[in-house]
This record gives sequence, structure tokens and C-alpha cells, in this order.
Amino acid sequence: MTAVDDRPTTEVGKDRRRKEDQRLITGRTRWTDNIQLPGMLHLAMVRSPFAHAKILSIGTDEAKAAPGVHAVFTGADLADSQGVNINAWPITPDQVTPTHLPVPSERVAHTGEIVAVVVARSAALARDAAELVDVDYEELPAVLDLKEAMKDEVLAHPDAGTNKSAFWQLDSKAAGTGGDVEEAIAKARQDGIVIEREYRQQRLVPAFMEPRSTVVDPTGEQVVIWSATQVPHILRFAIAATMGIPESKVRVIAPDVGGGFGGKLQTTPEEFATIAIARKLGKPCKYTETRSETMVSAHHGRDQWQKMTLAAEKDGTVTALKVDLLADLGAYVAIVGGGVPVLGAWMFNSIYKFPAYQFNCQTVLTNKTWVDAYRGAGRPEATYAIERIMDELAAEVGVDPIAIREKNWITHDEFPFTTVAGMTYDSGNYEAATAKALELFGYDELRAEQKRRRESGDTVQLGLGVSTFTEMCGLAPSRVLGSLSYGAGGWESASIRMLATGTVEVVSGATPHGQGHETAWSQIVADRLGIPFENVEVLHGDTQIAPKGLDTYGSRSLVVGGEALVRAADKVIEKAKPIAAHLLEASVDDLEFEAGQFTVKGTDKGIGITDIALATFAAHNLPDGVEPSIDADATFDPVDFSFPHGTHLCAMEVDTETGQSTMRKYVCVDDIGTIINPLIVEGQIHGGLVQGIAQALWEGAEYDEQGTLVSGSFVDYTLPTAADTINYVSEHTVSPSTTNTLGTKGVGEAGTIASTPAVVNAIVDALRPMGIDDIQMPCTPERVWKAIRTAGAQQDKAPTADAQAHFGEGAPNQDPAAGTTDGAAQ
Amino acid sequence: MTRINVTVDGVSNADDVEPRMLLVHYLREVVGKVGTVVGCDTSNCGACTVHLDGRSVKSCNVLAVQADGHEVTTIEGLATNGELHPMQTAFHENHALQCGYCTPGMIMQAVDLLRENPDPTEEEIRVGLEGNLCRCTGYHNIVKAVAAAAGSMSSERSNA
Amino acid sequence: MIPASFDYLAPTSVDEALAALAEHGDDAKVLAGGQSLLPILRMRLNAPETVVDLGRIEALRGIRDGGDHIAIGSMTAYSDIVASDLVREHAALLVKAVETVADPQIRHRGTVGGAIVHADPAGDVGAPILALDATMVIAGSGGERTVPATEFFRDLFETAVEDGELLTEIRIPKHTGWGAAYEKFVRVAHQWSIVAVAATVRVEGGSIAEAKVGLTNMGNTPLRASAVEQALVGSSADALADACGAAAEGTNPPSDLNGDADYRRHLATVLTRRAVQKAMEG
Repeated sequence: MTAVDDRPTTEVGKDRRRKEDQRLITGRTRWTDNIQLPGMLHLAMVRSPFAHAKILSIGTDEAKAAPGVHAVFTGADLADSQGVNINAWPITPDQVTPTHLPVPSERVAHTGEIVAVVVARSAALARDAAELVDVDYEELPAVLDLKEAMKDEVLAHPDAGTNKSAFWQLDSKAAGTGGDVEEAIAKARQDGIVIEREYRQQRLVPAFMEPRSTVVDPTGEQVVIWSATQVPHILRFAIAATMGIPESKVRVIAPDVGGGFGGKLQTTPEEFATIAIARKLGKPCKYTETRSETMVSAHHGRDQWQKMTLAAEKDGTVTALKVDLLADLGAYVAIVGGGVPVLGAWMFNSIYKFPAYQFNCQTVLTNKTWVDAYRGAGRPEATYAIERIMDELAAEVGVDPIAIREKNWITHDEFPFTTVAGMTYDSGNYEAATAKALELFGYDELRAEQKRRRESGDTVQLGLGVSTFTEMCGLAPSRVLGSLSYGAGGWESASIRMLATGTVEVVSGATPHGQGHETAWSQIVADRLGIPFENVEVLHGDTQIAPKGLDTYGSRSLVVGGEALVRAADKVIEKAKPIAAHLLEASVDDLEFEAGQFTVKGTDKGIGITDIALATFAAHNLPDGVEPSIDADATFDPVDFSFPHGTHLCAMEVDTETGQSTMRKYVCVDDIGTIINPLIVEGQIHGGLVQGIAQALWEGAEYDEQGTLVSGSFVDYTLPTAADTINYVSEHTVSPSTTNTLGTKGVGEAGTIASTPAVVNAIVDALRPMGIDDIQMPCTPERVWKAIRTAGAQQDKAPTADAQAHFGEGAPNQDPAAGTTDGAAQ
Repeated sequence: MTRINVTVDGVSNADDVEPRMLLVHYLREVVGKVGTVVGCDTSNCGACTVHLDGRSVKSCNVLAVQADGHEVTTIEGLATNGELHPMQTAFHENHALQCGYCTPGMIMQAVDLLRENPDPTEEEIRVGLEGNLCRCTGYHNIVKAVAAAAGSMSSERSNA
Repeated sequence: MIPASFDYLAPTSVDEALAALAEHGDDAKVLAGGQSLLPILRMRLNAPETVVDLGRIEALRGIRDGGDHIAIGSMTAYSDIVASDLVREHAALLVKAVETVADPQIRHRGTVGGAIVHADPAGDVGAPILALDATMVIAGSGGERTVPATEFFRDLFETAVEDGELLTEIRIPKHTGWGAAYEKFVRVAHQWSIVAVAATVRVEGGSIAEAKVGLTNMGNTPLRASAVEQALVGSSADALADACGAAAEGTNPPSDLNGDADYRRHLATVLTRRAVQKAMEG
């Protein structure tokens, strides 16, 4: 356990305006697609229109003869040089992992896979010629539905013999972290409550605003790759590991990157193909995708079926939770792949003290676009299901959703708390966050209004949704990753270079794509070294400048990379100390360091750290045996995760005539430990909230029966606009993390993790008196209206005892004496 | 090839372009105005928004030849004499951008919004930005920034 | 994202444009504001050999008072219609509908004539044009002819404008003093209408004297809800539901991600009632 450093801060906690902004608001940006190199050629991809097909032949003659065309490559042409897309986290030793070639030559397994690449003098000519490539396909049966895929009747990859990729389980009894789930459920069926629900996590598209782009310059000693990626360091590793290029010959640069949200943590077929072709031709090459290409080829997120069995005593005290997940991986196991749903294993139990727990996860291959991390990655899915079913328990017991949570959550005096899933939560105060949220929300007044509207039969009904969440962030302690067979560590690196003229270069291995690292890192270093914020320059995103790093995802940058920074700064001070003592003619033991000055205790003698940097640069007068440098590097490997939490409250108005749901109010109180920059934190929360709200209300990647992505453009994949959203009330409580000295916890994913169930809980809350207990996401007006219509029709009939769906055939769903027979058919 | 004359950010240009060339590609690839970006292919995202004769347009939805004889202002031409436009300042002050990819289009549309309606309500700001997608900010701070810019521009006018 | 190559013609008069169309026939595509055409070309869903741009024909732009009607040039931008006091006074319904088209940038470029000839059933101009009993002026090699809106929309993306012809003007009989509302139903703001209802009414002594109702995206073409119009006559604001219940009769709405035909029929009745109610308020 790390003690939080209590040195005084002047920069940390300040709402500094971002250093990054100046370029971005004036258009002086460095997006990958801006890059023009002499003699550069442009690539256009020929992509499969079929979900599953054999490639019989590819006619390239006409395309090759087209104006400006330098070459046309098929998978066969690239076979020996194109590398392979890797899966870094085989969740089981026997995981079925189909080979994922960037350009396959024999068979395509999803719509949008690349079958040929045209290289021409301009992007327009490349696109013209791509239309002339004649591919002869033999369509194969495609498996598109997750549950159908489980039957193994149609195979996504016939050679694999099955669509089941891997099965992963966490059982609290086996792990020694809790009791026997089946026993607890059986007992609850006798004398308690058992709630069984199946929730759908629809498939989402990360939809970063900058389409992906890659430029490769093979003309120098090194191959230089610019790419719109979250993970330049991981990309460099993957290139070296799979393409036969020595790592030292590969330089990857992520210049300005226009958003990622997990969507750019992939190493992609497009990157590999561009590198392979640039090297073959010996010419710089660029590939920039269109948005339509992004939609079908960049990885998707979520896509799970979640079976939940919650056992409780009659008073609502939960006794067990069993989770059975089906997770669609799409056509290939992506870089994190099955690891994404598995991350939910430690999160379904959330903030609660469940005595028994079991998590079962089956990953499945289908003929759809591959699936991987999207903001929250595994944690939003888990939070959604548990927060939805806790509301169902509240309804069953007949208490307020807040009360059921209070009854089951970990109280503030129980931290650090080891959960039934085996995680140790560092700190938190759920009571405080909830109390603050309820007050800001005006919960009681809104409940009173809800009652009035119900009684008057208002066309527009009001619903209140609660979501109390926690998440694990700061991926990740390397030993934990090792125990899970993840293919890399979870450390982060930082270097501090003390320049002679008083400014400081900070090199970070965490590569931002909109998060504001340059500003926050400057604040941390300014405080630690006692130098002006303006004098800190943060460098990142180029493997030649920042040679060591594991990049940005999983809310890790600050809690892992920020701590590396702190340690590097402390090393700088330690290295400067003997030099300061020497120059001040004092003993090292008599020195104090504060606000950038070394002073001799009890005297007015002192020297600034930047003066020492200059003295070290000159090196004229250093102590014997001391190297002329006070620069320092640090690599930090966290010992444990940190666990932010929060309480989110949402009020939705549901127009019962049209089914349209409109947000009325949203309040969140997040506890993310110590806040470095409140302005940046607010921004992260707002953006996170809207992505989570969008899953609840608007977004969904829908395929037709042929395996074509119907929502394949921004016309049909309905992202919200300013006109569809509201202002958010966002406040904080502060329980500093005990796993890093800054006391920080991650915030990048919090909003997305928490908001989805808050919205759906609110809609269901509005409709519950009609006998409605679920609406599948996205909660489209049509779905809401149909639920109302169906419920209305059924309300006319007499309620039946077995109205509620349950998983165990013939098993009593709950004790009829416990209360109402809740369910859609009441 | 068709000969066109287009003034971009105050500089007149004469170029031979293919009729099929989109204005956004003309700006980025011929004139070198890479501050204006492409975010989609269906004209939904608004990232490519510029002003054509003082009115906002999506430059992916205009052919370069249609701009012949007209004047284009991009994000790169918004600041004058090294002074940021009040909208640019407001975006910075209110943290109305994160990755910054939507920002050029968002700022250009926000400027147009205030041209048509100098004192908009929050609702009018939100509706006025319905053609611009942002995935980072949740729009909260963008709306705040536009309101702030409206305030500072109106006090500038009353001081003038 | 890059259209296929084409030849480009920019005539400066209607005669020149007609001559260009006569010369290039089927291989030519007319470019009005381009806000629907350019996405189609970019996605290469269509690749004409020649594009005839009407943007330089000044005569096709503008709004004038025609006495008993207002005349709108086919190349008049949406934003110019929204800004026009003349249209607002005499054909408020058109303004209310046009205000909801796409977004401000698109409304600066998109033209009312382009939208009408494109005839996307989810477009927002057809229903008000139909409801307002507009007349279309079409120019061809044989001269000018007029077609009432009721005969103009023939099918999905198909109108009375034949190959080699151009829509030059839309004439809307003055509906001075009529209340109007356009109720557009979307899931997110930048979407095409899932269903929309255009209603304009003349109120006398608190009840409806005359009503005109057009429906968007309830079939292959914009539709007129004539049965509703007749049933509304004599209704007061608090007794509209019965009359509007028939709004979906005889419609054939599509089923897609946003809703099936059943749901659209239901929406049509709710939105019709709401539109008429709002129209009665002003």
C-alpha cells in the first residue's frame, strides 16, 4: 500500500487551460492524412462484399493497366511479407484463434475484409482502379447470430471445427474468495428471491472522429510509420514480431490522433498491408480510409448476451450472483479479444458484498467485423447488467433502488475491501457520493413529480434511474497480467531531461489522442520540481523520442504513467542533491528541497534546481565521481489497480404515445481520487457520459441476413448531436487512491461505464407500472412503444403465475408469497 | 481539367482541377489548407465545414469547380493579425475540444451560427450545431463556449 | 469519397442548360445544390458522364410575389426560404418544414427545386408542397408546362420532370393567415424524417374552416391525407383525435432500422394530431 504524498501542490488541482489547444483551434494540426512525402503513392482497398466467401480468382489486369497505377497486390502477392494480426491475450491455453492475415488469399470471413490493394499516384486514381479489380467469389454460408453460432451448425471458420473460441470461469468457491453459487441459488429458490434476466449488449462502433490513416516511408535506414493509433509502441512490437523487420529498424509515430476510445488500440490489417507494400515498392505509401470503410473494418465493441441469476433473501440482501456471458468476437480474435469480456469477471459484483459469485464467459466466432475494446471494455457491460438487475431486485422487494444498493454495498469503513471476485478495492465512500448525488438531483422532488404524473395518467411519464458503479483502472500490474496469460506487461515509463536553460523535457510512454496529457503531465512535473508550468514540454507518441511505453487505454495513463513521472522527478531531485550540497558547501543531510529550491536548513543559503541543471551542463564544478547529468528515467509497474466509483442519477421523460425518451436531468458524483486538472476531468466525464447514453438510446451496429452492416455510415449509425443532448451536473467526492503516490484514479472510462444503466433504469422506471421490466438497447422509440402496446394488451388479461421468464425449466422463479409477480405479463 | 479562381483565406488562387474534385480535397491537397479535415463520407459529421462567401458549408459536399469565383474561409483564416477569433478563444477557455478533430468544423459552424443569431439561447446553439458531430466532449463545453463567445462578441460590439 | 470522373458544364441560362441536357441525354445528371447528389457521386452509387450545374443560372434563384401566389425559383436555397418574409407570410408551412431539413450547412447549399426533383420520400419539402397545392413549372425543349403537385410525385425518386427537362419554379397559392406546423419525428437531430406531418389550417371562430395535411415518408411519394382534411373541418382544438385517426389510411410506409410500417402508421396519427393542434395555435 502506497502512502499518498502530502507535499504541498500549486499546480495539481488547478483548472489549467490545455497546452494542446493552440494548434487544434487554429488548424495547425498534424493528422496522419496531412502528411505528403515526395513520390508518395496512395492505396485503395478492394474489400469483400460478402460475409463469408471463398476467393476463387482475382483479376487485376485491367486495374494494373489503369492510368497512374503502380501495382495491384492480392493476398498471394503479399503472402511472405505481410505479417499477421496478433491476439495478445489468449484467455485459455486451448483458445481457438483463427489466423488473421491482413490480406487473406483464400477465404474472407467478414464483410469488408481486404482482398486486394491498388497502388496509384493519387488517391482518386487508386479508387478508380480499385473499381476495375475483378474478384470471383464463391459464397459460403455465414453465421451471423451469436446464439446460432453456439450451435456450430454453420461455421465462421470451417477448418476450426467450431465457433466456440474459449470458455473462461471465475468461481468464488473454487477460488476461495466466497461461497458456493449453486447452493445459495437453490436456497433462495426455497425461501428467498431469485431474479433471472437476460440482457443484450448490442454491438457498437467506437466512431472516433478521425478516420484511420497510415503513412509508411521505407526509404531511409529505418522504416518510418505514421499511424492514427493509440498504440505506437505496441504497433512497433507487432511489426517487428510478425513482419521480420528488426525492432531497431522500425520507428512508429502517432502524430495528432483524432480520438480512439479503444477503437485505435488495434494493430490493423490496413497498417500491415501499407507497410508491406511500401517496402515492396520502396516508395512512401499512404492509406486513409473512408468512413464507410471504418464502419466495417475497424473493430466494433460490446456484443454480448448476459444471463444473470441473482439470489437474495426476502429483505433484499443478495446471497449470490451467477453470470453466464456469450461474447461475440466477430470473425477474428482481436488484440485484446476475449480478454475484453473477461475483464467483466471482476466487475459484475461491482460495489456489493456478495457472498457467492460465479462468472462464466464463452467467446464465440461469427462472420462479422471483429470485436475488441471500446471505452470501458468489459466494465460497462458488467456494470449495465448488475445495475439493471439490482433495480429488478428493488422492484421485487418493493423498495427504492437506492435502498437496495445501500443494503448490499461495501461501507466506507470496510476499505480496503477484498471482493468475492478476489480484487482488493483501495478506497471509496459510496454513501458520501450517493448522498451528494441525491441532493444535487433533487431525488425526492422528482419522485413526487413522478407520482403526480402517474396518478394523472400524463402522456409523458417520468422515470428515475440509478447507477452506482465502480471500475478497475490502471491497466495493469504486470504480475496480474502474467497470471492471466496476457502477452505483455502493464508498466509505464517516463523520462525527465533537465535542460541547461531552465526548461524541462518530459518524455512519456503513454500516447494521448485527446486526453490532454501535455497539460496534466506539465502540472505534475511543475509541482514536483518546483518549476513553472510553462517551462515543461511533454514529448510522446514517437518511438524514437519516447522509446519505451505501453500507450494509452484502460484509464491507465495517469495512474500508471503519471506515477512513472513522479518517480522520475524524484530521481532528478535525488541526483541533483549531492551537486546542490557541493555548490552550497553543505552536507547532503542538511538540505531541504521545496518549490524548486535546495536550501540549507536553518540558513538562507539556497540554489534552484534549474541552476543545478545549468551547472551540470557546464560540469565545471561537480563533486568527484558524480556524472554530469541530473536527467532521470523511471518505469512504474503498479502493484494493484485503483477503483474509482460514483453514483449517477438520470431522469427520463417517456412520451407514451410515440415511445420517444427524452433526458430531463443527469447528475453524477464521481470519486476518482485526487484530481490533477478539474477542467480535463469534467471533459472526460461529459464525453464518457454521452457515449454511454448513446448506447442506451441511439447506437447499434445492425447487420442484415446477408451479413451486410446496415448501419454502415453516419446516416444509419445514429450518433447524437448537440441537439440531442443536455448539460450535465458533475461533482466529486475524493477518496485518494492508495495504489499511487498522487492518489489518482482513472476517469477516462467512468462516464461511459456508469451512464448506460442509469438511462435504461430510468426508462424502465417510467414504464414499470405498466408491467414493463425491460427494454432492449438501444431503447428506440419503436421498442418503447411496442413494449407499452404489448403490456397494455396483456394488462387486460388476468395475470398468470408463470408469467415471468426464467432459465430453469420448471424451477419456481421466486416465492409467490414474497410479493408481486412482477414481469412483462402482469 | 477546369480552370478555377478561388480566394482562400484572403489569398487568390488559380488552379486547374478535375471537375470531380471536392472542395475539401482542393483545400487540403492543392491549396495546402490541411486544417480542414474529412470525418465521414455522407456529409453528416461537419468536420469539413468552411465558409463559402461568408456562409457555412460542408466542403465535402461542394465541388471545387462550384467554388470558382467565390471566397472561402477556413479555420486557418479565422484569426486576424495573430489575434484569435473570439470563438477560438472561447473553445480554449471552456475546454470545448479534446482530440480536436471536429474542432475546425465546429468552430466554423459556431461562427456562422452567431452571424445569423448573435444572441442565441442554449437550445438555439444546440440546434445550430446539429450538423457537426463530436465524439469527445459530449457537447457540454462546446455549447458553453459558443455562449461565452456570443457574450464576448456582443460586449466587443457595444464597446466599439 | 472521391466521385468517378465526369465532364462538367455550367450553363448560365435555362436555354443553355436544356441544350446541354438535350445533347448528353441519359449520360447527364443535373446538379442543383448538390447536397443529395454529391454524396451519391462520392459513394459512386451513380457515375454520370456529364454533370450539368445549374448553380450559375441566376434566373432560377429568388422568391417573388406573383399576386395570388408566390413563385420560388427552383435553385433557391433552403436558407433563403427560411429568411423570406414573403414565404413566411403566405406559405408558413413551407418555412416550418424547410427549417427542419438536415442542418444549417446543408440548408445554405441545398435547393428547394433540387430536393423536389430528387423526390426522396423522407425529404421534408414534398409534403408541404403537396399540402399547399403548389404548381410546378417545368421547362423543356418544347417550352414551359405546369404540373400540379398532386400529379408531380410519381414514385420513389421519380417525378413528372422528364429526361431533358428542368424544374424552374414552384408556385404556391397564398395561404395568408393560415396556421402551420411541421411535426418531424427523428431519433437524432441529423436524421432523415422517420415520419413527418405537414399541416396547415384556416381557423374561423375557434374551429377549423379548412385543413391541408401532407405526410412525409409514409409511402414511395409524399402523400396527402385527404380523409383527415375533410374530417377536420369544423373541429375545435380539443377534439382532433378522431379526425386524425385516419391519417395512415391508404399509406404504404417502409420498414427499416427506425421502425416498421405499423409503428410508422401509428406515428402518423399521433403526429397529425399534434401538427394540426400546433397549426391551430399559429
